[in-house]
Amino acid sequence: MPAVSKGDGMRGLAVFISDIRNCKSKEAEVKRINKELANIRSKFKGDKALDGYSKKKYVCKLLFIFLLGHDIDFGHMEAVNLLSSNKYTEKQIGYLFISVLVNSNSDLIRLINNAIKNDLASRNPTFMNLALHCIANVGSREMAEAFASEIPRILVAGDTMDSVKQSAALCLLRLNRTSPDLVPMGEWTARVVHLLNDQHLGVVTAATSLITTLAQKSPDDFKTSVSLAVTRLSRIVTSASIDLQDYTYYFVAAPWLSVKLLRLLQCYPPPEDTSLRSRLTECLETILNKAQEPPKSKKVQHSNARNAVLFEAISLIIHHDSEPTLLVRACNQLGQFLQHRETNLRYLALESMCTLASSEFSHEAVKTHIETVINALKTERDVSVRQRAVDLLYAMCDRSNARQIVAEMLSYLETADYSIREEIVLKVAILAEKYAVDYTWYVDTILNLIRIAGDYVSEEVWYRVIQIVINRDDVQGYAAKTVFEALQAPACHENLVKVGGYILGEFGNLIAGDPRSSPLVQFNLLHSKFHLCSVPTRALLLSAYIKFINLFPEVKATIQDVLRSDSQLRNADVELQQRAVEYLRLSCIASADTLATVLEEMPAFPERESSILAKLKKKKGPGKLPENVNGSAEEPAASSKPDTACWWTSSPTSRLLLLLLLLLLLLRWRTTCPGEPSSLRPPPFAPRRSDVLLRLLRFICKNNGVLYENQLLQIGLKSEYRQNLGRIYVFYGNKTTSQFLGFSTAVSSSDLNVHAKAVEPVIEGGAQLQQILNIECVTEFCDVPVLHIQFRPPSNVLTPDSVCQSRYGGTLQNIEVKLPVMLNKFFQPTEMTSQDFFQRWKQLGA
Amino acid sequence: MIGGLFIYNHKGEVLISRVYRDDIGRNAVDAFRVNVIHARQQVRSPVTNIARTSFFHVKRSNIWLAAVTKQNVNAAMVFEFLYKMCDVMTAYFGKISEENIKNNFVLIYELLDEILDFGYPQNSETGALKTFITQQGIKGQLQTKEEQSQITSQVTGQIGWRREGIKYRRNELFLDVLESVNLLMSPQGQVLSAHVSGRVVMKSYLSGMPECKFGMNDKIVIDKQGKGGATDDAGKSGKQSIAIDDCTFHQCVRLSKFDSERSISFIPPDGEYELMRYRTTKDIILPFRVIPLVREVGRTKLEVKVVIKSNFKPSLLAQKIEVRIPTPLNTSGVQVICMKGKAKYKASENAIVWKIKRMAGMKESQISAEIELLPTNDKKKWARPPISMNFEVPFAPSGLKVRYLKVFESKLNYSDHDVIKWVRYIGRSGIYETRC
Repeated sequence: MPAVSKGDGMRGLAVFISDIRNCKSKEAEVKRINKELANIRSKFKGDKALDGYSKKKYVCKLLFIFLLGHDIDFGHMEAVNLLSSNKYTEKQIGYLFISVLVNSNSDLIRLINNAIKNDLASRNPTFMNLALHCIANVGSREMAEAFASEIPRILVAGDTMDSVKQSAALCLLRLNRTSPDLVPMGEWTARVVHLLNDQHLGVVTAATSLITTLAQKSPDDFKTSVSLAVTRLSRIVTSASIDLQDYTYYFVAAPWLSVKLLRLLQCYPPPEDTSLRSRLTECLETILNKAQEPPKSKKVQHSNARNAVLFEAISLIIHHDSEPTLLVRACNQLGQFLQHRETNLRYLALESMCTLASSEFSHEAVKTHIETVINALKTERDVSVRQRAVDLLYAMCDRSNARQIVAEMLSYLETADYSIREEIVLKVAILAEKYAVDYTWYVDTILNLIRIAGDYVSEEVWYRVIQIVINRDDVQGYAAKTVFEALQAPACHENLVKVGGYILGEFGNLIAGDPRSSPLVQFNLLHSKFHLCSVPTRALLLSAYIKFINLFPEVKATIQDVLRSDSQLRNADVELQQRAVEYLRLSCIASADTLATVLEEMPAFPERESSILAKLKKKKGPGKLPENVNGSAEEPAASSKPDTACWWTSSPTSRLLLLLLLLLLLLRWRTTCPGEPSSLRPPPFAPRRSDVLLRLLRFICKNNGVLYENQLLQIGLKSEYRQNLGRIYVFYGNKTTSQFLGFSTAVSSSDLNVHAKAVEPVIEGGAQLQQILNIECVTEFCDVPVLHIQFRPPSNVLTPDSVCQSRYGGTLQNIEVKLPVMLNKFFQPTEMTSQDFFQRWKQLGA
Repeated sequence: MIGGLFIYNHKGEVLISRVYRDDIGRNAVDAFRVNVIHARQQVRSPVTNIARTSFFHVKRSNIWLAAVTKQNVNAAMVFEFLYKMCDVMTAYFGKISEENIKNNFVLIYELLDEILDFGYPQNSETGALKTFITQQGIKGQLQTKEEQSQITSQVTGQIGWRREGIKYRRNELFLDVLESVNLLMSPQGQVLSAHVSGRVVMKSYLSGMPECKFGMNDKIVIDKQGKGGATDDAGKSGKQSIAIDDCTFHQCVRLSKFDSERSISFIPPDGEYELMRYRTTKDIILPFRVIPLVREVGRTKLEVKVVIKSNFKPSLLAQKIEVRIPTPLNTSGVQVICMKGKAKYKASENAIVWKIKRMAGMKESQISAEIELLPTNDKKKWARPPISMNFEVPFAPSGLKVRYLKVFESKLNYSDHDVIKWVRYIGRSGIYETRC
């Protein structure tokens, strides 16, 4: 770099800056800047040409003003002029201004590109460097378009200076980051790889960065770099620390280059060539050996540089995952770091160990450090380190140590930091489930979990307990007993009440023999928690009560009393009130048999992937499970959120209402005519009555859809309403392949004026027929109109399901469908002041 | 209930810090400095709420005065107090500057103790304060019992702003009507908004406890008299009277009397005080008319011609006339020609400033300027800020006239005729702008 001559000091700039620094207030500063700007404008405007020095000085001032936060809207031209100067300092300021101030859509970009092109072609290394820096600093698409093909040429040209090569490599890296599509891949890539052999370590470092990025894009093009990188790495590692002179940092040979080379190697699988492979292994061993040597300096920089290389080497070892001895050595090395007094080192060691634990070679080795990790969990001051310790414990867990780890995590949970509690809870739940040999232990663990950190136990966790208890007959009794005992604690968490309610409701009978847990005692215990719970839990408890009525007829009266109480029947919450009303009604009218059917024990859940695991995955990327350790632990029954549990917990009110309405209807219907249930059963191929009813009810809120469907015919509706008039388009679809004959429709209605347009008597197979119904509402009504349809399908109907061939063959079909014309279809909003409204409202009351 | 009061210099260093209530901690001092004084964007709102604490500030030259509170106080009250506080400080040591504040900090703390008690504003009348807060050493021992009881009776009594037993050889009274006229005019000469805010400031040197009565050409009073009195001067006085939009009075004015009779009667404080403030918006006499003419010649040149016309009696002289013509931000050179006064391009303010020392009524003068522009790559068009003007005229632009000022002192033997009275009108420009 040319030395700055004395004349380049730019006194004017120094004076200006010191003036600004001395300003007492913002206003004074603004005034000074305005004055300076006016001065520069008049100078730039002046007819006589400015010499390079003053141009540089004024551009510098503008730059300073811009950096103070003021807008600059002139001077760009002067800056571009500076680019063509032959003096280094002038060119430098010009490039500085341009990389800071010129935005990509300026009209000057062509001039700038031209100047850069000239400099690149100038063969003067300092100018070339300036130009390359400018391209990298701006890094815009236009720049990339203009120079992306030029720079690789400079990079691999034989006669380019080292410093320029270095800049070119970094510039290309930058362009590749901002607009990767514009960097062409070509024959230069092969030559770039050979830069790894360059004499100049700076060039090698820059090239390694570039190759690492490019190799991620197209690994095949840079495969040859592996062998070169290994050679280079071994040369660095084996060199005496003084050999590399400038590139030795606190007695560590070229730490940055080593780290970059190790990173590059992580882009590829272990080399297949055995000699290369052994050489790499040797390198890695040397690095591990060096870590054992006493430090050459007490300075923190020395150990930092050494450890940086070491950690990168370990992650390469983990990435390759092929050399058991190296993996074990790495693990031992990390084990030493676990007790290092440097917190950062402990953190990194724990983090690396987490990945080590998932390797089959080193899993056992990692396990030997369990005591240290548990100790770290307990004594570590930094919460992020503790978090890593939890991750590691989770990763190293297998069947042999699951009990110990789960116990430790549980005991830690009591004092754990709030931010990581939920995650620990999830992990404990997963581990307990995954490695549970004995399900009583599992139930105990989860109940403990709820007791210790109830607030952090998510829905999924307790769903899972219930799924498992229901799916496994052998633990049901134990679960009921444990839950009963747990519930006896004076204060227990709501989640525990939920689990308790569910399990006692299902399996309370298994412990009812014991007089200490007689049905009444069980009920009283649950009910004592009732008032402290939130609405969803109360809803669940009400369901548990109705289950109790089924399980223990002797407490029926007590429970009915509870349901009948005002706090239930007139509860402000709709869900609770509804449940109370329905359950009470159900318990009163249904016979014991019906109750037993309706409130049957929950069926086993289908086995699916654990929902908790999904939740953990969602919550956090890492935390790999050692999947294949010890011949894959058999996954116990698993399923995502239990579908039937919806019924138990809070389902959408409307759906529950419909379901229970139907249930009650069917119940009543069955109980009224028990003698001949078969006669009333609907024909097997006609849609079930409940379906029809459901479809009709669905039309309360919507206007279009399918109203009726059986094997032969589908009826669709499209309707629109305006004031008291309505129009319905009815579509009759023939689902068979042959035609219907004698098709006719009629609409009967008591209160509405319905006018139906006549229809064709024939519907071709697969065709659709449209009919328009015009409806006028003349008075209020409650009965919906009924659509009568009559048609004769031909004798040999070909339906998709040929079973019904004989059924329908040739007989006249009569179908009656209720049309969804309800009073609410004619409702209209009206504007009213609040005064008017209340006046009317009060009149209504009177 | 002001929680505390801080005074900062322009750098944000605390000069005075007085905390009245426990809910204001030391960190409030820093909060204001960081969020207002050193804020990246200039804070324009005088009220700032930081972490549930309200800061009310006023700025005098380079000095920031900030009142702090956590309660929901009447903001107008706080500002009134701050202004009063500025007045008091000015009355004690002149201009409010960092230097003066540092030199008088003991006095300021003493004043703050007196005029704010547990955050409640107390008597802040300068005249009254000066009787017991003095700058001349400790006088405590010299004070007689009588004097002390007098102070007590004054502070607690009905007339807190004047002590008894004042005596002057010459009973004199000065009355200044100070008005500032604000205007925004369109380039075509249409008045977009105009109002006058005025103050009546008095300086009284009267003996005893005189009762004063002040009369002006208030429209309501004149109309009332016109109805009751002779019909012939109703037309004449109707033209002369002015409509006052709103007014506020010094605490010495008897508001009940003003409400019932609309007469302004009071027992004046001793020395200088502001008797009333008022605002008018109708029939304003605009002392100057500015006629701008801006022509853009190409992208690099701008021609500006501005004519000012004075619009008052030829016998009167306007002073300190200054016309400020804004120039575009990319101005690179200016040539000015003016017939009267001096004109100069001030780059630091981005404006041409034209100064005229004196100008009689019904005259006109003009300036023309050629502005050279530097072409920029900025597509923004120049916003053309308005041309503003400053001046001082010896009449009241609102048309207010003092009709009488009567002084009655029944106990002492001087009458209204013995009092020497001086009346002066000064009209100044407030924000007096014409768009161009």
